[in-house]
Amino acid sequence: MTEEGRTGPPSGEWGAVDCEESIHSLYHYLDGELTEERRRELQTHLDQCAPCVAKYEFETELRRVIADRCKDHVPDELRRRVANAIDHERLKSQS
Amino acid sequence: MADQERFVDDAMEHMPSLYTAAMRMTRNSSDAEDLVQETYLKAFRAYGGFEEGTNLKAWLYRILTNTFINTYRAKKRRPEEADVEDVEDLYLYHRLVGYGGSNLGRSAEDEVLSRITDEAVKTAIESLPESFRMTVLLADVEGFSYKEIAGIMDVPVGTVMSRLHRGRGALQKALHDFGMERGLVEAKPL
Repeated sequence: MTEEGRTGPPSGEWGAVDCEESIHSLYHYLDGELTEERRRELQTHLDQCAPCVAKYEFETELRRVIADRCKDHVPDELRRRVANAIDHERLKSQS
Repeated sequence: MADQERFVDDAMEHMPSLYTAAMRMTRNSSDAEDLVQETYLKAFRAYGGFEEGTNLKAWLYRILTNTFINTYRAKKRRPEEADVEDVEDLYLYHRLVGYGGSNLGRSAEDEVLSRITDEAVKTAIESLPESFRMTVLLADVEGFSYKEIAGIMDVPVGTVMSRLHRGRGALQKALHDFGMERGLVEAKPL
């Protein structure tokens, strides 16, 4: 059993979305994949539910951390290699 | 139809994100560099057929993904484990913050997240099976939509959604396990 229901409002009490649905929709919300209507319903729930907001903020921040910390610097040598390979290919196609 | 002469101007700016994806997919810089070079060469040759005004970055990713599958995956003797363990929603939140909600406070939560290192994130992503790894990278690092990812990976949108759900859970568990190993995360009574 999930415990979300214990920390926030029960189903139907605060708008059309309860905590369980709010957590279920969390990633679709962060992904920008909800319909405008669904997004508004969820926002109404979040406006009144601090425990869900804490979870949304945590997941938002976690995603930022993941995106920021998995980047690699392109070696200069690779840029040169690719530029040379394309030049070579261009000459080949022109001859 | 796109002008091949403009290819360098248009496509080169995407190299940092393509190289990051190539590093995560091949897990070593030598193969990643070869994969990126091959992707750019194939893209250059095919650029005449690229429809201007459509998403160039997604098109480059599609070439990178296909090249990876056809070249690098084919090199492996054994196919990779293609599934991940199911983990509960909010796996990391429950372990770092607790089930009862936020008793640490926002700044303490941010402090916990700030201790996650580059090495932890890269190791955790690279621990995912390929199809989950690519899907999570495309969504969470590159910000592609479900539909764009479906196009890049040539799978239905439903498959993208299910891989994302399970891949993100597995990624959170891998991050937590990595943190436990390094003593960055305290075992928390649940």
